[in-house]
Amino acid sequence: MKALVTVKEVVTVGDEFEIEGTEIPPQYLETELNEWDSFALEEAVQLREADVIEEVVTVTIGPESCENTIRQALAKGADRGIRIWDEALEDVSQLDVNAKTDILSAVVESENPDLILSGVQAGDDGFGATGVSLAREIGFQWGAVVNHLNHEIADGVAAVRRELEGGIEEETEIELPAVLTIQSGINEPRYASMRGIRQARQKELASVTLTDLGVTSDAVTPELRLTDMYEPETESAATVFEGDAEETAGRLADLLENKGVVQ
Amino acid sequence: MTDVLAVADHRQGSLRDVSFELVTAAAKLTEQTSGDLHLLIIGGPVEEFAEKLNLQGVDVIHTVDEGMEFNHDVYVQAVTQVYKAVAAEYVVAPNSANGLDYAPAVANTLDLPLATDVIGLDATDATLAVTREMYGGKVATTNELDGSAVVTIRGAEWPMAAETGTASVKTVDFSLDEGSVGSRVTGFRETTGGGVDISEADVLVSIGRGIDEEENLNIIRELAESLDATISCSRPIVDSGWLPKNRQVGQSGKVVTPDVYLAIGISGAVQHVAGMKGSDTIVAINTDTDAPIMDIADYAIHDDLFDVVPALTEQFQ
Repeated sequence: MKALVTVKEVVTVGDEFEIEGTEIPPQYLETELNEWDSFALEEAVQLREADVIEEVVTVTIGPESCENTIRQALAKGADRGIRIWDEALEDVSQLDVNAKTDILSAVVESENPDLILSGVQAGDDGFGATGVSLAREIGFQWGAVVNHLNHEIADGVAAVRRELEGGIEEETEIELPAVLTIQSGINEPRYASMRGIRQARQKELASVTLTDLGVTSDAVTPELRLTDMYEPETESAATVFEGDAEETAGRLADLLENKGVVQ
Repeated sequence: MTDVLAVADHRQGSLRDVSFELVTAAAKLTEQTSGDLHLLIIGGPVEEFAEKLNLQGVDVIHTVDEGMEFNHDVYVQAVTQVYKAVAAEYVVAPNSANGLDYAPAVANTLDLPLATDVIGLDATDATLAVTREMYGGKVATTNELDGSAVVTIRGAEWPMAAETGTASVKTVDFSLDEGSVGSRVTGFRETTGGGVDISEADVLVSIGRGIDEEENLNIIRELAESLDATISCSRPIVDSGWLPKNRQVGQSGKVVTPDVYLAIGISGAVQHVAGMKGSDTIVAINTDTDAPIMDIADYAIHDDLFDVVPALTEQFQ
């Protein structure tokens, strides 16, 4: 079996930043491997180590600058990577779920995986929808918010647990081929070892365009028009204890005594 | 005139709160579009649910009596069938674990744009403006969509509808394509049981990502001991394996309502806040003055937890 793992390089914003129009200037931005995708990748690598999967391929939509992030995924055990970029994507500030679905479905067609693992959501735009949308597009089964996958996959059926709200998990059997969106905490993502980092440099990282995939630029025209970006208003009505740590701790201790927490 | 189709959420025989919040959000939308609000209930005790959801603003309740629990294949088929039958423009679904398991598939099947985890909806003529957050809640955005769309709404953003309404109830003549059902729910399990019950605690010392490393939990244990308090945490601490699941406060953990909740190094992601906002007194210790936890804190210390926590423990030793 082959596993395809979606790997996204996400943008993170520090505590201090500014907004210009509908963008945050690059000096306030950093990038990293999407946290949820790192859990998805780890799950795929563990499946390969358990001889359930033979090959783990990553797929990323992003410019050349995100190759370091893809190399990280390769260093953590993926066998090879695919990066998709195109001029048509350069001016798109926010890629819609449907556009990602069209692009990724073209990759699925050429790679023909049995299992697709995707993070539940991306830490930047947080749509949380691409995996399920992709599954529907390509006619795979799916499961969203998966926080356990039984590695003994028998008769083409995966036994998973989905994390619901309120400390409840749903136990579900899903026929393969399938897309699973992976929730954090399903495993412990490994760090890339020095050996892994060295090996990653030699691994194949293919760069393909939308044209290569047969996807037209119309498919990536945004359906959601980003018209405004702002910092949510702070509504804090908190009483702030000022001073150094000893002073603030003293004020808090008084409060706790007044509340009867301590005598 | 733009009609809206809202899809209720339920589990193990009970409607979830977000179903009532959906009614509020969708009713406001139909007010703006002068359309009708169609509410869809799929599975479970549908007649009982229809009675409870017959609320002001709902025009028609459609029931699909198919199974007792959620199955995404059933939901996708039922939503798309009813959407077409009533000629609605917008589908409004909850941004819950189940909503995320069928709404993207509905949008794909109907070839509609999708906006998830929406916290604001505003319709004018043929344009829908949705408010969403990005970068973990640091930024809010407005996105506009033309024509029809599927949106999922974040829980606890709209008040729960409560006023009884006069909706008509219709049973959908639903035919399930059994061949397309490729997944089966085989059971449920509780993950937060066993050991300490944080929902019973009067005082919680709760820790988040700010603790940085597992060894640093020691200063929290010392504080909790000196206060005779119970330790709880946010999701990343459980994901890291530093504390068990029964200590997790939040949407996928436990809901707690202690007398005092000390939020230490917790930014206050919406999923966490959902589980602790009912605490009587909330104290936040965090260097980030703009952290969302500050919005619901009664008292705040904008300082490094590694300085404040030992100093606080010292006060009681």
